[in-house]
Amino acid sequence: MIHLSIPARQALAKLTLPVLVAASFGLMLLGKADAVLADRARIAFADAMAPIYAVLAAPLGNLRAGIANTAGLWDLRATNAHLRTQNEELRRWQSVALALDAENRRLKAELHWIPDPAPTYVTARVVADAGGVYAKAVLLSVGPHHGIKRGEIALDARGLVGRVTEVGARSARVLLITDLNSRIPVVLEGSGAHAIMVGTNGPWPRLLYWPEGSPPREGEHVVTGAETGTFPANLPVGTVHYTSAHVAEVEPAALLDRLEIVRIFDYGLNGIVPPEAAKPLPDWHG
Amino acid sequence: MTSADDQRPGIRPRATLARRLDLAARHAFPASITILLMLLTEAPFGIVDQTSLLPAVALASVWFWSLYRPAAMSPPVVFAIGLLLDLLDWLPIGTGVLALLIVHGIALRSRRTLGRHGFALVWLAFAVVAAGAATLEWAATAVLTWRLVPPGAMLFQAVLSAALYPALAILFARAHRSIANPERA
Repeated sequence: MIHLSIPARQALAKLTLPVLVAASFGLMLLGKADAVLADRARIAFADAMAPIYAVLAAPLGNLRAGIANTAGLWDLRATNAHLRTQNEELRRWQSVALALDAENRRLKAELHWIPDPAPTYVTARVVADAGGVYAKAVLLSVGPHHGIKRGEIALDARGLVGRVTEVGARSARVLLITDLNSRIPVVLEGSGAHAIMVGTNGPWPRLLYWPEGSPPREGEHVVTGAETGTFPANLPVGTVHYTSAHVAEVEPAALLDRLEIVRIFDYGLNGIVPPEAAKPLPDWHG
Repeated sequence: MTSADDQRPGIRPRATLARRLDLAARHAFPASITILLMLLTEAPFGIVDQTSLLPAVALASVWFWSLYRPAAMSPPVVFAIGLLLDLLDWLPIGTGVLALLIVHGIALRSRRTLGRHGFALVWLAFAVVAAGAATLEWAATAVLTWRLVPPGAMLFQAVLSAALYPALAILFARAHRSIANPERA
């Protein structure tokens, strides 16, 4: 250690804070000038942390399940009765669905329909929230040879979750459909009208740019549109809901605040947005 | 750090390896507990809006240790914690660093005045500082990404930081007097 006189050391100590404040401005400029560097640092960090969080996820999940089970014991009877009626109703719907499926297949066979290629997928565990305060995203823990690419599509058991924006060696980041930077082409199932679903960082994204004369109806199903070539058609997204201020929003079908396991689908789509530019662009104004 | 202790007059035990390790651990406690708590807030607990805990923990910790143990929460340490905050929170790099350094600076400046008052005033001062830091982070994020981020998250972060502070302060104060106290090494 270098020996300095006491006044010199005091002067140096006083200087540290201003110098570091200046350095933080330098960091901001650096992050702005080279966004790739910052993202690489983040994903390297996420790669290091993902296995630890993945290990923690199992006991913490058990703990949460235990708490939920204990809470569930209280209204076991009511839940049972509710499930029985729901099950009966679902059985009715199942027979309808099977009949429709058979009919659909018969009609497609008669039309010589070119079948959609079956997508490949991998399943991954959500280990952390990778959004922070001003973004909505999740971090997935994946194996070393996962083969996940940017721009692939994440779904949970119910519907669309988001798209992969960053991929590391052991982790991947999925930008949720509720993020401020998310713009997704959708189709309103009832009218067949196209629209854009815009994330707001809130729980429910907004619908914009539907054609004149076919406004979204309350409760209407919303599915993805294949217009831009970034999504396959007809993935379930959610249902339309109007706020009290008469703004059309989409209630996502996926349980975005309780994601545990998602499937990452490779539909082999590149679309008009190449995977390298698929990350959020700051100048995409709604 | 131990050289500063050696300057003081008085009798003290021999600086054996165990004692030196003990001293080093006590000096490193504030930074280590901050980083550990920050990493813990990212663990999959499944709490709603869990991400807002991260900046709240970082702010409270930097404020507390800068007030009561500035030697162990030096500007370079604050810088490193800020960088970790930016990386974990996916904030534009530098914004968390700046906010935490300013909080640290304010804590150092107001040490003498706040130290004379009770917990309530320190808490109140922290609430104001945390609100300022949240606003700064929000403004910096808006400027650096060049888009208007909804201010709701900022308000929530400020309120959560203030609400979380007493719990963390109790924990830290205990540690400050016992396991993190270099005098008791």
